[in-house]
Amino acid sequence: MKTLVFLEHHDGAITKPSLGVLAKAASLGGDTAAVVAGSGVRGLAGWAGAFGAATVFAADDDRLAAPLPQPRVDVLAGLVRDESFDTVLFAQSVLASDIAAALAVRLDAGLNWDLADLVEQDGALVGKRPALADSVWVDVGWSSSPRLGVFRAGAFDPVETGGAAQVRDAAVEIEPHSLLAELIEPAVDESSGPSIEDADVVVAGGRGLGAAEKFALVEDLAEALGGAVAATRAVVDAGWYPYSAQVGQTGKTVSPKLYVAVGISGAIQHKVGMQGSGVIVAINKDPHAPIFDYADLGVVGDLHEIVPKLAGLVRQRKAT
Amino acid sequence: MKIAVCVKAVPDAATGKRIDPASGRLDRSGDLAVSEFDLHPVEAALRLREEAAGEGEVVVVSLGPEGAADALRKPLAMGADRSVRITDDAFAGADVGVTARALAGALEREQADLVLFGQQSADGDGACLWAAVAELLRLPAISQVSELTVAAGAVTGRRQTEFGYERIRAPLPAVLAVSDAINEPRYPSLPGIMAAKRKPQEVLTAADVGGAGESRTAVLALAPPPSRGERRLVEDGDGAASILAFLEEKRLLR
Repeated sequence: MKTLVFLEHHDGAITKPSLGVLAKAASLGGDTAAVVAGSGVRGLAGWAGAFGAATVFAADDDRLAAPLPQPRVDVLAGLVRDESFDTVLFAQSVLASDIAAALAVRLDAGLNWDLADLVEQDGALVGKRPALADSVWVDVGWSSSPRLGVFRAGAFDPVETGGAAQVRDAAVEIEPHSLLAELIEPAVDESSGPSIEDADVVVAGGRGLGAAEKFALVEDLAEALGGAVAATRAVVDAGWYPYSAQVGQTGKTVSPKLYVAVGISGAIQHKVGMQGSGVIVAINKDPHAPIFDYADLGVVGDLHEIVPKLAGLVRQRKAT
Repeated sequence: MKIAVCVKAVPDAATGKRIDPASGRLDRSGDLAVSEFDLHPVEAALRLREEAAGEGEVVVVSLGPEGAADALRKPLAMGADRSVRITDDAFAGADVGVTARALAGALEREQADLVLFGQQSADGDGACLWAAVAELLRLPAISQVSELTVAAGAVTGRRQTEFGYERIRAPLPAVLAVSDAINEPRYPSLPGIMAAKRKPQEVLTAADVGGAGESRTAVLALAPPPSRGERRLVEDGDGAASILAFLEEKRLLR
């Protein structure tokens, strides 16, 4: 098995989900390499060696400065061709999904997405994909080489192996059509406070809070627990909380040790963004809320009473 | 301007979705409806045509079974001019590559200035088809677009990524995937519904779009999801104290 892992980077760091996929790839054995594509990314490439890659390819070129998918397809296609990779793996993101799909048709390769795991069964690689609102797990396979797989963000934790990778330059040959789209305004990070993707504890608020100012309850509990604040799509759309805190299908995917859902019904669009959490606690006044189907502890009751009281109890307990 | 909108007919929400255990494929034998996600690009296309004072054409393109014919009337009733449906048994179980090639084949015939997609499929949860289609057509692509403007032969999209909002511009022709935050799709009017019946609804076979390729992926088995372990529900008593005790038990208070 000869695997290439695409490492996405933002703000001078490789994203945690892509390092998680690298750890998974390394655990499956064989040759594991990674690729970082951008402008001025050689330093990042070396750093990735500590997370399980034997070789890290650095595609360093000004034309890769913007985080756009199409020029990266050209870089990855060239690497797969020149280095004969039989497996190419990605951590799901807006960028990675677009790269993977275009690469699949460029290489006439099979693409399986939304994978929660990848295992070897009888000498073949089998992907595990939750489907239909996670009511069923589908085993998926490939009949092509290379095989392309995209993993749910947060499917795996990064593992620091401390190794050093050999950093090699990747050829950057870009097709004309790949440079037609142009970034004219880069993303501005609106977030403040700890990033919800890296936090060990996330306290999330939903429509059940009733009003924007009730987010103070969520913020207070998050502070007591030493965690970050998240929000559902519904409340972000309503303007109660910034998009940078949105968890779910069109927001961020988080996998903290503890996720506390406050006034969140738990529709599938939300579930996909937080189901990788270690322990899920839900507070909701509706005993039939879907979130109770997958919360480890569900509490039926009035959040306006329970949340401030819990914050007080946690502070008391931590003070002793 | 000519705009092609790619839509998918999926099992109606009322029917529910199930996977046929024999084939490992989604059961599409029941009532189908155009995916809610795909009504947003239809709406976006109609608005662009309205901004151009009605100049241009909106064509709906879909790969789907015979049963998708009724579903495709909805975008026509909203105001699209005609539909092109690729229907062939050879496409049963088509994976993303095969689907992209079929759509690209139909789009080659249309030569639209703008190709629009919704943000994801409503059944397979795929969110990447546009990128494959753009690659096959060798066109620029912009995904997750929550605002779009067309001016001077170029399209500009505001897109949402994990890191915030960015703006991307591409010359036409281009492929865009719009998010469901971009607009509120209109409801078909009664005259619209009547008019839809007389609009052209073309049907293409695999041969018309360059043949059906072979899927490179396969469903091997179905299984119940792994259990998350024991779940507890507290309906009475002191909710806050129950949570505190639970967090202590799980050693989450440090």
